[in-house]
Amino acid sequence: MELICPAGTPAAFREAVDAGADAVYCGFRDETNARNFPGLNFSREELRTAIAYAKQRKVMTFVAINTFMRAGQETLWHQAVDDAVALGADAVILADFGLMAYTVERHPQQRLHVSVQASASNADAVRFLVEAFAAKRVVLPRTLTIADIARLAKQIDCEIEVFAFGGLCVMAEGRCSLSSYATGKSPNMNGVCSPASHVRYRQDGRELVSELGDYTINRFPAGEAAGYPTLCKGRFDIAEERGYAFEDPVSLDVMDHIDALRAAGVSALKIEGRQRGKAYVAEVVSVMRRALSASVAERPALVARLKALSEGQKTTTGAYEKRWR
Amino acid sequence: MTTTASPSKPTLSLGPVYYLWDGPKWRDFYFRIADEAPLAHVTIGEAVCSKRLHFIEPHVVEVIERLESAGKQVSLTSLALVTLERESQLVRGLSRDSTHPIEANDLSALQLLTGKPHSIGPLVNVYNGATARLLASRGATSICLPPELPMASVRGIIEETPAVAFEIFAFGRVPLAISARCAHARSKGLIKDNCQFVCAEDPDGLTVETLDRQPFLALNGVQTMSHTCQALIQELPELAVAGASRIRLSPQHCDMLAVARAFDDTIAGRCSTAEGLARLGSAYPGASFSNGFHHGQLGATWLSAKAGTEKEAVQHRP
Repeated sequence: MELICPAGTPAAFREAVDAGADAVYCGFRDETNARNFPGLNFSREELRTAIAYAKQRKVMTFVAINTFMRAGQETLWHQAVDDAVALGADAVILADFGLMAYTVERHPQQRLHVSVQASASNADAVRFLVEAFAAKRVVLPRTLTIADIARLAKQIDCEIEVFAFGGLCVMAEGRCSLSSYATGKSPNMNGVCSPASHVRYRQDGRELVSELGDYTINRFPAGEAAGYPTLCKGRFDIAEERGYAFEDPVSLDVMDHIDALRAAGVSALKIEGRQRGKAYVAEVVSVMRRALSASVAERPALVARLKALSEGQKTTTGAYEKRWR
Repeated sequence: MTTTASPSKPTLSLGPVYYLWDGPKWRDFYFRIADEAPLAHVTIGEAVCSKRLHFIEPHVVEVIERLESAGKQVSLTSLALVTLERESQLVRGLSRDSTHPIEANDLSALQLLTGKPHSIGPLVNVYNGATARLLASRGATSICLPPELPMASVRGIIEETPAVAFEIFAFGRVPLAISARCAHARSKGLIKDNCQFVCAEDPDGLTVETLDRQPFLALNGVQTMSHTCQALIQELPELAVAGASRIRLSPQHCDMLAVARAFDDTIAGRCSTAEGLARLGSAYPGASFSNGFHHGQLGATWLSAKAGTEKEAVQHRP
């Protein structure tokens, strides 16, 4: 299985390449990608340099252009595809059907991967993308169990990439406007979720309150570590119950299931984390690289190291296991 | 804005009931809609959770008959999230056997309906004209645009895609997200696979409040909806000018007949938008209305029409 690694900066990109990535994915510094955070992502020139660095070391570069084209502003997205192709991207990762159609028409030789944001969660959906756009690989939404993935792999003529480690969307990706509802900034149109520009922390007596826009997302009593107010990882009240309504502040870790994913027919494992620093990227990529080729006896120690790198030290296998539902 | 010929008036459409209502209640709702509501199109069926289908199945045939004999055009919705083999089979069966048009709400339905006339529901991502044209080339004849689209996008997409009838999500809690996990079951100490259909206890959704007791969202099984009810009634004239063909009302647990009549009278000019809005308030007591998405603001916001085109943000603080 290939190891697909995140890079939000040129420095992280080089670290990922050096640490053993098979491919590094990244995006342009604008709304065309789903990690459009301040201080992140690549200029055209930075991407040119990064791709050259990767190619010399036989590492692939995938360019994520995985938000949805805003009507009237399509040029921004078209230009991103044209430039990624011209700069030598090994694949473009797309979510918008209109942009896929554009890419197939203008750049028929370009390898096209389907972003998780497209929400292709079953065999007929994948067939749609293969027939309409000649998609070569699909990144599966985090809604499927390993058994579902194995069954799906047998039915489609397309490679499968799955998320293995890092942040976890609770909602089907690309189909969530929670952030847009609370802040006006849309994951699908602006490439942001729970944006830092709308985050505020305030002290209320002995509690630290985290807010997103006008909404309280969590309250932390003295002594409890305060997390970032990602909307779907907040604490809420439902009737008389108080708690994490959608998901605890956990991250995804399916490294205990590497063999099952390989047996299921998965071609590539993806690490989430373009917003992470280069040291984190280097560490996760190198440990995962070793875990992929380690013997069964060596693996637990490596998996334990990865767990220590997870946010809050708490991890989940998410939808990969049925009981999560 | 220059106006030439007056735009043709959009017709009214009723989206599927997103909540779990018991079978007889569901049937009686549609019987009343058939007999009395000024609606041209009605989409029925289960979009949210495949586990719920058996509640409405015994009544589907009689509901369709009643709606059609009242002159309504009936479509059937496909599931929004298809992951299990059983769910794939359901969508395949529906696409193959249905004698009624299907509203596609996920990518599998897009594939299975290729080449047949069909409609696209609000849960398929259509954010631009290129996507709308691609779907039209595969057989889509009408598209209900995603509720989070601002007016600028709505106008642009309609302009670029003359062959398609566009529908606007104008009334109802906004479907904001869908998950493999059932937060509704989880809130009552259960999981999806053993949910005991607890979502039926909340026929208008289960309110999620912030820790400061501010109503925020509503759970509906695996779907998360807005707490506010989107209400695009002040915006009807500009939607008509932009060329919107249909105005979609999404059923809430309220007096939907009165809602439909308020929209119908407003579109026809029999009442003012202010009066139409007041009638929505009476039809759905206690509801907080929002229209922020349409105006490119946060979705939860309400902007009230003031003196012509000037609008002022009024944040809902229930």
